[in-house]
Amino acid sequence: MINRNPQLDAHGVLQHLLTTEGLPASILLQILDTAESFVGVTERDVKKIPLLRGKSIFNLFFEPSTRTRTTFEIAAKRLSADVFNLNIAVSAQSKGETLLDTVNNLSAMNADMFVVRHAQSGAAHLIAKHVRSEIHVINAGDGSHAHPTQALLDMFTIRRYKHDFHNLRVAIIGDILHSRVARSQIHALTTLGVPEVRVIAPKTLLPKMVERLGVQVYHDMAKGLKDIDVLMMLRLQNERMQGANLPSPEEYFKYYGLTPEKLSLARRDAIVMHPGPMNRGVEIDSAVADGKQSVILPQVTFGIAVRMAVMSILAGNQV
Amino acid sequence: MQLPDAELLLKNLVKEIQPDVASKHFALIGIHTGGVWLAERLHQELAITLPLGALDVSFYRDDFDKIGLHSQVKPSEIPFEVEGAHILLVDDVLYTGRTIRAAINELFDYGRPASVSLATLVDRGGRELPIAAQYIGETLKLPTDKMLELRCDDHGKLSLNLYHKSLSE
Repeated sequence: MINRNPQLDAHGVLQHLLTTEGLPASILLQILDTAESFVGVTERDVKKIPLLRGKSIFNLFFEPSTRTRTTFEIAAKRLSADVFNLNIAVSAQSKGETLLDTVNNLSAMNADMFVVRHAQSGAAHLIAKHVRSEIHVINAGDGSHAHPTQALLDMFTIRRYKHDFHNLRVAIIGDILHSRVARSQIHALTTLGVPEVRVIAPKTLLPKMVERLGVQVYHDMAKGLKDIDVLMMLRLQNERMQGANLPSPEEYFKYYGLTPEKLSLARRDAIVMHPGPMNRGVEIDSAVADGKQSVILPQVTFGIAVRMAVMSILAGNQV
Repeated sequence: MQLPDAELLLKNLVKEIQPDVASKHFALIGIHTGGVWLAERLHQELAITLPLGALDVSFYRDDFDKIGLHSQVKPSEIPFEVEGAHILLVDDVLYTGRTIRAAINELFDYGRPASVSLATLVDRGGRELPIAAQYIGETLKLPTDKMLELRCDDHGKLSLNLYHKSLSE
């Protein structure tokens, strides 16, 4: 028997969004196309539609996050769902309850969907395998494994500004080693047909055998940024940095921080993206972050439309 | 069965709406997909000055819990102020009335129109809601197992197509 993708049912229909890895381009594009329609909704006076009225969505955040949790909350509210935010880092788990006991209790309260953020890779998968078939799970970031909605909103942003994936050179720059965002981005970019994906980072911030993901590896910004259409910056994850991977933030900025001078090495119409929160003066210079080529704030806006699309597609895909 | 010529029905519809255009200053909104093709033609032939609007009612449908989200949702676009406008909704076929209910709901999330009227190429009866069209190309009685849809060829020519319900998604 073929080991089927745990996100899809027997008919290949999306039941959970856990990772961009292994999802067909048709599903990624359906999410992006649906999100286009939600952008219109978020620009209206009444930014709400009745689609998920009566549905209960639980934001299960086992790891602190303000931005991602808020965008999921806004997305769910704009779909008219009822949203419950649980910061489990400071509640039941500190009393000793296991992850699956927490999920069982919330399922008994008739949850329809879980949005899960967890420091442990695979946590969202575990919950998706455990819940009843009518409950859908969205991974909002698990350890250094995956962050699919971030990658999808990045793809949405790229398509908005560059229109087509098939003639692009994209560079992902920074802490690839600890980044769930980078992994999800690489899978989505290659599935959507981007012919050249580069990663630019010091050796200490690259996972072993990263080439196997289908990317070209550069350690030097001057070489890596040549002819690039899209720069995807990553946050330097101080909180995940164990030991001396880096000499100092200042030294990192000198070699890998995106300054106007380094940006000028890419194509003149290149766009600059960042998943936030930014460390200004570490991975990105303020002049770039606030500059003409930056699409960092549009990313945030599109993130709501993309999360609305994911939630409504999942809620509609009942078995 | 012999279906009427859609181009002919369009002419009938133009004649029906024409007398009211001057007094109402209609703003036209087509409902995806057939209604948008029809609205484009009406917009042109009635020489409407306000830009044309388009609604995709997928987010307002009442069968989401049964069939999920339509796989090809198109953005709704209303390029004029709905507040206080006389809206003419345009759809190719009027049947149960559920699509129109969804369209009216969506429309009111853009503002409070002065009035909403409905134009349709074919009214095939079978209403499940208290909804009626003010402008009708033709009224047809069709078997309930048949679906009627509008088609538009590469040259923009409209035609009607009848098919068995089991062949629809």
